[in-house]
Amino acid sequence: MQLPRTVKMQTRGVNIFYGETQAIKGVDLDIYDKTVTAFIGPSGCGKSTFLRALNRMNDTIEACRVKGDIQLDGYNVYGKGVDPVEVRRRVGMVFQKSNPFPKSIFENVAFGLRIAGMKDKDEVAQRVEESLKGAALWDELKDRLLESALGLSGGQQQRLCIARTLAVRPDVILMDEPTSALDPIATARIEELLRELKQKYTIVIVTHSMQQAARVSDSTAFFYMGELIEYGDTETMFTRPSQKKTEEYITGRFG
Amino acid sequence: MALLSHTSHEFEAELRQLKGRLLAMGGRCEQMIIWAVSALEEQNVQLAEDVMRADRQMNEDEMAVDEMAMRMLALRQPVGRDLRFAITAVKVVTDLERIGDEAVNLAERASELAARGSLPAPTKRLSEMAMLSKNMLRHALDSFVEEDADKARQVLEEDDEVDAIYGEILRGSIAFMRADPSAIEDGMRVSNCAKYVERIGDHATNIAEMVIFLVDGVDVRHGGKT
Repeated sequence: MQLPRTVKMQTRGVNIFYGETQAIKGVDLDIYDKTVTAFIGPSGCGKSTFLRALNRMNDTIEACRVKGDIQLDGYNVYGKGVDPVEVRRRVGMVFQKSNPFPKSIFENVAFGLRIAGMKDKDEVAQRVEESLKGAALWDELKDRLLESALGLSGGQQQRLCIARTLAVRPDVILMDEPTSALDPIATARIEELLRELKQKYTIVIVTHSMQQAARVSDSTAFFYMGELIEYGDTETMFTRPSQKKTEEYITGRFG
Repeated sequence: MALLSHTSHEFEAELRQLKGRLLAMGGRCEQMIIWAVSALEEQNVQLAEDVMRADRQMNEDEMAVDEMAMRMLALRQPVGRDLRFAITAVKVVTDLERIGDEAVNLAERASELAARGSLPAPTKRLSEMAMLSKNMLRHALDSFVEEDADKARQVLEEDDEVDAIYGEILRGSIAFMRADPSAIEDGMRVSNCAKYVERIGDHATNIAEMVIFLVDGVDVRHGGKT
């Protein structure tokens, strides 16, 4: 059907708890390199919790405990001595609500580079341009780089956040409902961007829109009550899923 | 595998309405086959006309089902089993409409043969064959109502007997025409009738194959995918 795929991230027996409550139960999942993987499932199914575990975003939540094995290129993301900041550089994240800083467009994109200690002005400028191009924003914004990012439209702000993520040259980009606050055209632009980004990056997207999962992803994982119910090629998942629960969810029978 | 009912009652109602319309067409097909065969056996021209009248309703139903399925695809964007159901509806309606056409063909030949007085000898097993084909259709529709893939698979087996009788009637018709070249027209009519009935069995098979696709998500047509 297709060429053998390289596993970029692998999870085995992942359990996640919020205090006493178990949010994720024994999830084994392979995320393939340079593909788009969609996580779907009803609210509270654990998909966002699981997504955030992939780049240790849950570390900041005190009551949250992550057990099991999560690997990036064969290395344990939660291993001893692994710097979570480095994990988050390699596994970037874009959120539901675009969150540009109250700074210029240029500084928003350069932010991660400055944190990382990049001083060379030309190098920073070159990286900002590369990132804005990567997020399909360069042509629109190249003459407005010093304007405030807060003056951009919602769709542009979200693509700016993607550019900001790209600036530190990640391997994997996690997106948590990146278009749920956008209109259909801005959504279509982001979806088109995903198609381009997956040439270079591995993308994992949580979405409440099943049509979006169907349109943009190569693989789809269906979560329900903390369990991974079914994972497979998106085409199969939306035409003939093997699990009854998946069939009921995607056809809108619950959730 | 029975699914929960749909969260959207309106969509659930549309799915039921579409299924109901198809089943009504299926029932009418069965009736048309029975009338056409009776028209032949009893040399009853009136029954043959009833078949033709029923076919006009079939044609309207076909267009209505296509319209309903297209609307569902456009407005509901169904996936999974609902998508397979919409695709199945569009395919099954074509087979049902063709069965109606074959019943009309049968009725037309019945009218022509009625003028002859007695039926030619090779028609002996034609009624039996027609009942087998009609039963195949019945069983295919039952499997559709019950969404039962095993029942649908049994329909595929039943087609062998219909094909066997078809061969027999065809050979009988050839012998009949050879023996009396002046009866070639009637012999052709009989062999054509057998062909129509054989096609009805094929359409019933197609419907059963679509039911397997609907329920199990596998395409078993033409020996299935490798």
